[in-house]
Amino acid sequence: MIWFAWRQFRTQAAVVFGALAVLAVVVIVTGLQLRHWYDISGIANCAAAGDCDTVTSAFTTHYSWLQTLLGNVLIDFFPAVIGVFWGAPLIARELDTGSYRLVWTQSVTRTRWLAAKITIVGAASIAAVGLLSWMVTWWSTPFDKMANNKFDPSVFSERDIAPLGYAAFAFALGVTAGLLIRRTLPAMATTLVGYIAARVVVLIWIRPHFQAPLHATGLLQAPGSDSGLVKLPGATLAPQPGSWLVSSQILDPSGHPTNGRIEVRIGDPCVATHSCLTGYHQTITYQPASRYWPFQWYETSLFIALAVILIGFCFWQINGHRLPTTSRILPGTRPDTPSRPEETLDPDPAALLDRATFTAAERPMAVRGKAGGHRLPDTRDGTDGSSR
Amino acid sequence: MECLVIEFHLDTRSGLPPYRQIVDQVRRALRLGLLEEGDQLPTVKDVVGRLAINPNTVLKAYKELEHAGLVTPRPGVGTFVTATLRDASLAAHGPLRRELLRWFAKARRAGLDEESIEALFRDAFRASAEQDVA
Amino acid sequence: MTAVLDADGLGKRYRRRWALTDCTLKIPAGRVVGLVGPNGAGKSTLLNLAVGLITPTCGRIDVLGTLPARGSAELGRVGFVAQDTPTYAGLSVADHLWMGARLNPGWDRQFAEDRIAQLGLDPAQRTGKLSGGERAQLALTVAVAKRPELLVLDEPVARLDPLARREFLQSLMEVVADQGVSVVLSSHLVADLERVCDHLIILVASRVRLTGDVDQLLATHHLLTGPRRDTDRLPADLHVVQESHTDRQSTLLVRTEAPILDPAWTVGQISLEDLVLAYMSQARAGASNNGHRRLTGVPR
Repeated sequence: MIWFAWRQFRTQAAVVFGALAVLAVVVIVTGLQLRHWYDISGIANCAAAGDCDTVTSAFTTHYSWLQTLLGNVLIDFFPAVIGVFWGAPLIARELDTGSYRLVWTQSVTRTRWLAAKITIVGAASIAAVGLLSWMVTWWSTPFDKMANNKFDPSVFSERDIAPLGYAAFAFALGVTAGLLIRRTLPAMATTLVGYIAARVVVLIWIRPHFQAPLHATGLLQAPGSDSGLVKLPGATLAPQPGSWLVSSQILDPSGHPTNGRIEVRIGDPCVATHSCLTGYHQTITYQPASRYWPFQWYETSLFIALAVILIGFCFWQINGHRLPTTSRILPGTRPDTPSRPEETLDPDPAALLDRATFTAAERPMAVRGKAGGHRLPDTRDGTDGSSR
Repeated sequence: MECLVIEFHLDTRSGLPPYRQIVDQVRRALRLGLLEEGDQLPTVKDVVGRLAINPNTVLKAYKELEHAGLVTPRPGVGTFVTATLRDASLAAHGPLRRELLRWFAKARRAGLDEESIEALFRDAFRASAEQDVA
Repeated sequence: MTAVLDADGLGKRYRRRWALTDCTLKIPAGRVVGLVGPNGAGKSTLLNLAVGLITPTCGRIDVLGTLPARGSAELGRVGFVAQDTPTYAGLSVADHLWMGARLNPGWDRQFAEDRIAQLGLDPAQRTGKLSGGERAQLALTVAVAKRPELLVLDEPVARLDPLARREFLQSLMEVVADQGVSVVLSSHLVADLERVCDHLIILVASRVRLTGDVDQLLATHHLLTGPRRDTDRLPADLHVVQESHTDRQSTLLVRTEAPILDPAWTVGQISLEDLVLAYMSQARAGASNNGHRRLTGVPR
């Protein structure tokens, strides 16, 4: 069955992995070039030299189109595309076209059939996304080193192992949708919607709490006294580079949150003494940079766990609940008026003559009418005269 | 390579069940000398492959012929003719046939159309059969 | 002989509609069984239940002595060709044979390849491009080459032109003659079934109306014509299936196993097609438990 699953899938695999191979060439060539430019740009020493702004802004112009393509488009969409185009049609297509009636009546159980298809296509999905993620991460390393923003939500989901979890989940979601909905296009649409919803939910409500975030408060205009706080120009605080700023609030002296705007009346004496900001606090919640890799694992594991649950459900569904409706055998439940079939000449096996001994002479039930003009067709030839 | 000696055909309108038609066709072939002793009847597979009928039908027919002593099955090989229905009177067929043709020509010259000739023939045939019985 | 299919009180419901009701059957082995009935009668449902694609709502069904499709071995003993002969349109003929070989331990590769060559199919041709008749023959090859004990065919010739239909039935009969496989095939064309079937099941409006060996059915059903007669006064063992009357004449289709001794009746034979039509129209007219129904036309 594994070989048949591969046979059904091989064209799609060829297209995607072929495209990835082409992309790999582009990535390698441009990536090496980028690294070279990075080395000669002096970004590594810019903090000491004090010209970080100019040097970094010059560097980011390199391959900006490819930055967008790889970082924002491909790696963002690819897991969803995999789930929608490889996961959803996996079962839905067979149910839609009716080919399940051919393959489920071969000598392979549905469990083996499903297991083979999920193994082949699932493995290919994770491999494809893993390959792309690896390429994107490697290629973006100079930019990431420079910006030190991998923990940011937008970058976090585009690097390292997080896309693998997304791919597994999208694939599993697609397979489940295909199994339940049974029509290819609606299943694909449902997969897309479900995937986006799950990603959003995890990003906003779950990822910040994988580990309890750290809090910090500081007076504005005061130098950062807590570790992890840095004073940026403009009198606001931020955690160290590489950390993920989850939320940030500015509180007025009485403790009420402002919306980031501090109102100063014209003519207020504080302007002259540069003390308008005294008493104002800023509180931030953040995840320190050291937690980047643990969070990658948390996120990936969460989505893989979801994928495993969905796949488990699929195996349960495909065996216990057969198409087209769920079956519950209710003994004794009969429809109304269960009349017997009206004329049932059920042949009693013992009474049947074995075909080896059958001859016209021994025919049973040769009914003959005595009225004239009637003849039984099988006795017209004079070879037998039996009648009963 | 076996060669087919006879082929069966099925007349769906005749009112006869298929197995009876096969029996009749074998008997007719035997009578006319188309089948001789030692000839092999078409295999069941060949017959059903041509006529698209149930193999049991052919088996039934062959069984009846076997009971009549006309054929015998050889397991693994086929069904073979063991006797003929050819009577010695085959020699008389030629002249009798010529006489019949002459009579038909006469009837046509007398002005009878096809239907009348056939009706006349059948009527006389039946009458002579009754005479023989009596 | 053991029964290839044994159903007891089998029923299947889809949402509110009962597709199959109280179906009790025992199909003996070694037969070519015709399942006939109008569209929507429940033929596909019964056959899908027999191969395990769906499960019963109530009752039970056993095929070759076990639950259908219980495991790999049981699946290998039953060959199935579904309605409209589904195939993988993107795969070639050879791919389908290869699929059969890999998915069926009992696959007879030589037989399959010989058959494809004999049918004149191009192994490299995609099945999406085959004609209906060619696809049906391919589907039959795939079902038969795993050497099943039972073949289940759901309206295999319904969409085929007459030549393709005849060729399919010839092929099927050759296989039956060769391998001795039992066959259950459904159709709403009785003329085809008349040639090949020796056992018949009539299914109308989700119920089994009649089952039996064709020979027995034809021997025990008679068309009686005679002077106008009230059917209540007929002997008890004479079961009237269908009747119609004019002022002077009565025409009855009866089932009986005893000889008909009343000289007033002219007893005639009935063709299988007319027999089936009589049961089908009678069932359609909504016959009650007790059985017969008046019609305005002559049954023949």
